[in-house]
Amino acid sequence: MRPIISILLFILLICIPDLLSAQTTIAGKVTDKKNPLIGVSITLKDTYDGATSDSSGKYSFKTSEKGEFILTATSVGYKTFEQTIKLDGKGILTIDIVLKEEITELSAVVISAGTFEASDRKRAAAVLTPIDIVTTASANGDVTGALKTLPGAQQVGESEGLFVRGGTAGETKIFIDGTLVNNFFHSSSPNIASYGRFSPFLFKGTVFSTGGYSALYGQALSSALILESIDMPERTSANLGVSIIGINGGYQELSKNKKFSWGGAYSYTNLAPAFAIIKQKQDYSQVPEFHDGDANFRIKTSKTGMLKYYGYFSKSRLDYTVNSIDSLGYLDRFGVSNFNMYHNLSWKESLGKKWKIYAGLSYSLNQDDIKSGMKDANKNEVILAGLEFKTFNLDADGNYYNAKLILERRLKGISAIRFGGEYNASDEKSIFTIYTGQKFSNRLKENIKSLFAESDIYLTNKLAAKIGGRFEQSSMLDKTNIAPRFSLAYKVSKNAQASFAYGIFYQDPERKYLPSPDNLIFMKATHYVAQYMKVTSLRTFRTEIFYKKYEDLVKTGVASGRDIAINNNGFGNAKGIEFFWRDKKTIKNLDYWISYSYLDTKRDFLNFPHAIMPSFAATHTASVVMKKFVQPWKMQFNAAYNYASGRPYYDIRFDGSKYYFADMGKVQDFHNFSIAFNYLPSIGKENSKNFAVYVLSVSNAFGIKQVYGYQYSYNGSRKEQIVPPSRIFVYIGAFFSFGIDRSQEAVDRLF
Amino acid sequence: MKKTIIILSAIFVANFSFAQMPDKFVKAMESKIAEIDTTHTAQGFTDLANAFERIADAEKNQWLAYYYAAYCNASAGSLIGTGGDMMTSKADKTDPYADKADKQISKAEELMKNNSEIYVVKKMIATLRLLGDPMNRYMTYGPEAQAMLDEAKKLNAENPRVYILEAQDKYFTPEQFGGNKEEAKVLFEKAQKLFETFKPETSIHPNWGRSQVAYLLSLYK
Repeated sequence: MRPIISILLFILLICIPDLLSAQTTIAGKVTDKKNPLIGVSITLKDTYDGATSDSSGKYSFKTSEKGEFILTATSVGYKTFEQTIKLDGKGILTIDIVLKEEITELSAVVISAGTFEASDRKRAAAVLTPIDIVTTASANGDVTGALKTLPGAQQVGESEGLFVRGGTAGETKIFIDGTLVNNFFHSSSPNIASYGRFSPFLFKGTVFSTGGYSALYGQALSSALILESIDMPERTSANLGVSIIGINGGYQELSKNKKFSWGGAYSYTNLAPAFAIIKQKQDYSQVPEFHDGDANFRIKTSKTGMLKYYGYFSKSRLDYTVNSIDSLGYLDRFGVSNFNMYHNLSWKESLGKKWKIYAGLSYSLNQDDIKSGMKDANKNEVILAGLEFKTFNLDADGNYYNAKLILERRLKGISAIRFGGEYNASDEKSIFTIYTGQKFSNRLKENIKSLFAESDIYLTNKLAAKIGGRFEQSSMLDKTNIAPRFSLAYKVSKNAQASFAYGIFYQDPERKYLPSPDNLIFMKATHYVAQYMKVTSLRTFRTEIFYKKYEDLVKTGVASGRDIAINNNGFGNAKGIEFFWRDKKTIKNLDYWISYSYLDTKRDFLNFPHAIMPSFAATHTASVVMKKFVQPWKMQFNAAYNYASGRPYYDIRFDGSKYYFADMGKVQDFHNFSIAFNYLPSIGKENSKNFAVYVLSVSNAFGIKQVYGYQYSYNGSRKEQIVPPSRIFVYIGAFFSFGIDRSQEAVDRLF
Repeated sequence: MKKTIIILSAIFVANFSFAQMPDKFVKAMESKIAEIDTTHTAQGFTDLANAFERIADAEKNQWLAYYYAAYCNASAGSLIGTGGDMMTSKADKTDPYADKADKQISKAEELMKNNSEIYVVKKMIATLRLLGDPMNRYMTYGPEAQAMLDEAKKLNAENPRVYILEAQDKYFTPEQFGGNKEEAKVLFEKAQKLFETFKPETSIHPNWGRSQVAYLLSLYK
């Protein structure tokens, strides 16, 4: 017993100085100058002592430490506060703390003029999520389909692509992981819009710029669509899909250490079953048939580095006839078979703390074999006098090489400077065979070398600017251009911001009108965009006004029966106002958005006799998109309504010396109401390894007649409405995804 | 004799476990850990998380301090994220907690690898991320949460906290999404049974969960 007591005494003796020593109380209030800050962690550095500020910003704690210490205060979104204090073991030390806001991506204003973003990132411009792209009823699972419900894009149904703010589809360029994609859509047929080649599930981020886009991108007068592919998949999985238009399957493997993944997919699309049920205007001798395959790998090259490859192969064909407008009782025949492949290799890496590098390479090959002609009622090929030009073969063969390198250096805070270069090369060969068998071959080569630099400057959390410029040199035109870009954003209040963008954009003349007998120059557009946006977590309001000026647009003339570019005397302008409203709050579980665009545009280009509102532009365009998820049924109901006021149409003819309007008018207003039901039996099941989605969608559900425009017979005596191939389209499909990474473990555990 | 050896080795193990822990550290931890069971608010957990972080940052090599800081941040975030509906994103409110907890649990893991308790917290963080934006994140964080839970179970199938989390998922998930209160009850009871024999390595090793199980089981009566 004794020794124990003495030990206790000993301990007591050691502890006495501690017990006697008085403590210092440190107390105060934490504010951001104006308001108290709650939940701020105050620490006496390298000790356990400290406190957390309460609801009035006050804090207080006792410490028995003595000497010089550093008092720190930290809170997310604020710069760390540090102050050296002297503790003498008694009294109360009052230290009021003012924290300065840190400029962070979360709190800073976003330079958003002209930009729509679909991503998971918490940014003001991110008005959509990747899921929205897939679940928009009128989109039919097509990337650009969902974007057509946003203000700025036209409801053009007779051809593919994005017609933005008075621009043609050719004035919108699409980029995947930084590099240009040359044949984003499947080969087109006259008056039928084709689909995009790439599945929306490939992309985790979509930036749709309707104007004033960054200096990192060029060669697009109107718009840039920037797609970012997904990084590592979440898990090893296989997927399978069956639908009325085909089957698809894929496999994706993720290595155990999650540093490497590879996969591939194949899909076979055949529209025969759908066309058997849904009567088409066209009579197909070969229904549209597509074999699409893709392969990918992704390697995490370091903690911050990622190397990605995506490869795509496609073979497709179709052949049909329609009643000829030129000669009663005869048929027009159109057939196209296509081979396309696309390879994209991209790499991103942080080089030290300040530098980042992005590099991308892409190559694509596109081969079209187009057959046009006429047939009689018995489907025998015929050549009619005066209409011989309708019989031809076109073999087109395009090779495209794109490379891009961007270096980014982080400046103070989140400010950064980016610069680099881009190289776009194309080599397009075509052989045009006319009815006599005579061949005309054509070859166009273009090399565009570009240099660009851009800087994001965040002056405060409230004010930011983006200043950039782009230099381009074209070997085909033997011309250079310098395009300045500038944008500014100011945070008006916590949730509201105003931004402005200005830029000059250049683009090569469209290839289909080349080669030209004349020396052509770049076409040019100048954009001015002003935006006001208010975003809360459940509601977004956005409005934009814009003015665009087009200069040096290509004018065409006729040479040997073909439209060719003759000069750059075209011009035009576009102005308008747009609104976007998204609301997830007012009605529980109902998410909807409304967009409206007013467009006033005129241009004189191609064969237009003078400046007119082009036939791809509607004055008023609106969309309403609704998504309602009914939890107990695990069903999502999606509906979309698209509206466009009647577009103008023209019959432009050449009288031997000049072009004139033989006819003109306006088509009726366009209405489209689409609905889709998605049944997701596995949604919300946290433990579920398998996911299934069943889809039923109906486009133009009420069968309202849609007219896109008019086409005229060769002699001008007859005109005919351009309408969709069928009034209603129904799509039924089922998609399954099987996570199989842990099945082996489950087996292991059994034994 | 056998008994003595067991007791002696238990003392030895305990001493060994405490060997690298300064007395002051253990005392500070003990007092804060005692507060966990009586804390029921986000603010309360934030206070605790900050206190554990102070200890962690001062010591720098004690995984338990980082572990508790992460656990308290994940708990604070979960309290903020609970409620509301599937369609609504609360990520702007919950993600800062998940971010902090993520950083802290990574530091804990650097100091202590292959620990079941660390994966328990990782599972909590994944669930917190899911909670932030269920509609858009269930495909990502659902399987992630499950993978973390599987790993925790693999590392220590006797860890009662693994079954608490599993049971809570079953209990709080609506039935049409795979929730099942009866299955949850079985798991709660399993956790309760494991607690009977569960002995934390030291007084400051993870030992939370008893009161949660008792409370949730009381709801069945």
